[in-house]
Amino acid sequence: MLGLNRKDTTLLIAVAILTMFAPIILNPFPVDSAMAQFNAGYPDLMQRFVIFGIFAIGFNILFGLTGYLSFGHAAFLGVGSYSAVWMFKLLSMNVLPAILLAVLISGVFALVIGYVSLRRSGIYFSILTLAFAQMSFNLAYSVLTPITNGETGLQLSLDDPRILDGAGSAGSLPVTNLFGLEMRATETVNLGPWSWDFSAGYYVCALIMLAAFYLSVRIFRSPFGLMLRAVKSNQQRLNYTGLNSRPYTLAAFVISGMYAGLAGGLLASMDPLAGAERMQWTASGEVVLMTILGGAGTLIGPVLGAGFIKYFENIFSKINDNVLHTWFAVLPDGIEDFLVTIVHPFVGKGWHLTLGLMFMLVVIFLPGGLVEGGQRIGRLFRRRKGKQTDAEADASKTPAE
Amino acid sequence: MSKSNFTRRGVLKTGAVAGAGLALPTYLSAAAHTGFTNAPGDSEVVLGFNVPQSGPYADEGADELRAFELAVEHLNGGGDGGMLNTFSSNVLDGTGILGREVKYVTGDTQTKSDAARASARSMIEKDGAIMISGGSSSGVAVAVQGLCQEAGVIFMAGLTHSNDTTGKDKKANGFRHFFNAYMSAAALAPVLQSLYGADRNAYHLTADYTWGWTQQESIAAATEAIGWNTVNNVLTPLAETDFSAYIAPVLNSGADVLVLNHYGGNMVNSLTNAVQFGLRDAMANGKQFEIVVPLYSELMARGAGANIVGIPGSQNWDWKIENQLGSRYAGTNAFVQSFGTKYGFPPSQAAQTCYAQTLLYADAVTRAGSFNPCAVAEALEGYEFDGLGNGPTLYRAGDHQCFKDVVVVRGKENPENEFDLVEIVEVTPAEQVTYDVDHPMFAGGALGECNPGA
Repeated sequence: MLGLNRKDTTLLIAVAILTMFAPIILNPFPVDSAMAQFNAGYPDLMQRFVIFGIFAIGFNILFGLTGYLSFGHAAFLGVGSYSAVWMFKLLSMNVLPAILLAVLISGVFALVIGYVSLRRSGIYFSILTLAFAQMSFNLAYSVLTPITNGETGLQLSLDDPRILDGAGSAGSLPVTNLFGLEMRATETVNLGPWSWDFSAGYYVCALIMLAAFYLSVRIFRSPFGLMLRAVKSNQQRLNYTGLNSRPYTLAAFVISGMYAGLAGGLLASMDPLAGAERMQWTASGEVVLMTILGGAGTLIGPVLGAGFIKYFENIFSKINDNVLHTWFAVLPDGIEDFLVTIVHPFVGKGWHLTLGLMFMLVVIFLPGGLVEGGQRIGRLFRRRKGKQTDAEADASKTPAE
Repeated sequence: MSKSNFTRRGVLKTGAVAGAGLALPTYLSAAAHTGFTNAPGDSEVVLGFNVPQSGPYADEGADELRAFELAVEHLNGGGDGGMLNTFSSNVLDGTGILGREVKYVTGDTQTKSDAARASARSMIEKDGAIMISGGSSSGVAVAVQGLCQEAGVIFMAGLTHSNDTTGKDKKANGFRHFFNAYMSAAALAPVLQSLYGADRNAYHLTADYTWGWTQQESIAAATEAIGWNTVNNVLTPLAETDFSAYIAPVLNSGADVLVLNHYGGNMVNSLTNAVQFGLRDAMANGKQFEIVVPLYSELMARGAGANIVGIPGSQNWDWKIENQLGSRYAGTNAFVQSFGTKYGFPPSQAAQTCYAQTLLYADAVTRAGSFNPCAVAEALEGYEFDGLGNGPTLYRAGDHQCFKDVVVVRGKENPENEFDLVEIVEVTPAEQVTYDVDHPMFAGGALGECNPGA
């Protein structure tokens, strides 16, 4: 269906079902239970899941297929955000033109940076992209302050022109919308002790993510994708066959940059603010982590990695000492304080530490990322059920690493 | 293409349609029945405290969090009541807010606007926070204030000193108790004139964001009015930790005063660098070289150690003020007492402003008899109060800025203990630091209308 083979279709449908029912799946605990702390089904975080999923899918087209490790992808995310916010300020609060401009501008940006950076490969390419990204960050942070509003971040204000919207509701800031459907509109459905938030903004992001995912599947399975894999396995040999590989890598770079711009534009559409720190090298490093954590070169891996990291960032960072004390309240005072002291460095502001440990464990024991973990578990069950050791099936399933 | 493929598409379509169908209906949600976002239930109310726990302002953030915890304890009737006993309004009786127990959630702003907005959004969307407080960076405060305006909750700014917070970027749902750069400059200029004379050349190092810009602008304007000359202004990134490259050119620039428009970890590092470069012992233009730090705090003084001795600056409040200047600043000792009992050291000005903001919010809700942000805003606008440590204070309706006395301080020569690093030089009365709502440094924004959300 849709030009996909059976396996990919199943995957696409699975992803579609997961994203469509995410508000329910991510809120497994009743609101009043102690576990409600771990619910992730609120609009902001769900939007981040799919938006950073798009970012990582795009990064994976470059890194997973060609093996070119870009350390400056956050620059495109930032450029996308700034373009989108400027569109909100100047043209209209409709998200469509904002997202289109975000994709377009980041594509042009990627073309320029890619044209220069792709003259080198390996570590030199990584350093070049990193340098470009840091340059963009510093420009946005101070030199280009009139355009980017520096550290404060670019925000909407009441006296923006917004040509198409005309004189909107005076006195309060307009909200982003898609032909009148407000991005922040949220339906809260209460079913017994459970509460689920169905957010319009989330579903817009999720549908775009599905489209982005479908496109990436098509790219992976296309002759173009095959050429990119050839670049990854041995670019020199490819060049010696008389083929110029640079147009292919440049195309992959630009596509990947446009994905990042799309993610940036969506971020700004959900929350109309663009800050320079979106372009910092830590943000570029984050998408590399997401892709590797989930499984580089696999279709679904980057999305899983993005979800994993965002979950830690938003849920673990909010567990403070108070919460810990309520968890361990049943224990005697001495043990309670002791346990809180032990756990304290790993939660709250220490979430980076926990994430770092998880990342190390994954890289050491599951070099193929979370996808490999899933495959191993799957294999375990299949071996128990059937007798056959499916070596061939394994070979076909190992990520294109 | 077999037939089964078409059923898959059917499944996909049904899924999408079902999802969209669930999302689209616009029947009123729970919040809409009460007319405002996150209306609290009958038993408890949730406040969101969004402070920097990492980054250059982490020390301030930690102290703010302590103050918030103390304020919640006092509102719920725990502890010794602190400033509830001295507050000029008597509607708070230690039974929470409007009979609901006060709960709170915390978050890390990382001193980044993006992270701060994400954290605040999760407080509003996930935890149902009815009020967001915190700050410690004006960039963050401005960003979160904008978010609260859009979401329809009240933002009680913590430590934010930029003119823009209640100037260009002011919002109807945002309120600031802390003083601002203009007030610092107005209070400092006469003191600087009496200390260093009217013929000075100032070199500014400025944190490159909204607070740094407006503070530099304010200080430059105020010092130029007393006859000083501004030689140069160099912007430094907020995330910078080593300022030697910025300090090195200062001595040969013809300046004889260095103004450090830095705060928190930035200021500790830049001041230490400046002292290492021998600026404090240097002579320039035949005068002793001087350093000025317009915005000061005990936490920074502790971080900078002996380097801070003799350096003038301004503060919103100081924990010794009631002991030294009498009962006009009532509330100070009560707060220092309960904070000290709980944590073992006196509170910083960041702690005081956050504590006061939490009490002011609770008080406004109680007086208004409703958690509706518009009712709360109305109760706060033009409100005059006393007994929160700053003397008589006015919450001006025109820009949601508090007007109160400004403390001019100096690093103490011979501190008696590690908490006594700052001595009060003088207190500038509120009238001298008051400005018009449409003052040029605060122009270009509008409060807009209060937004109750859903």
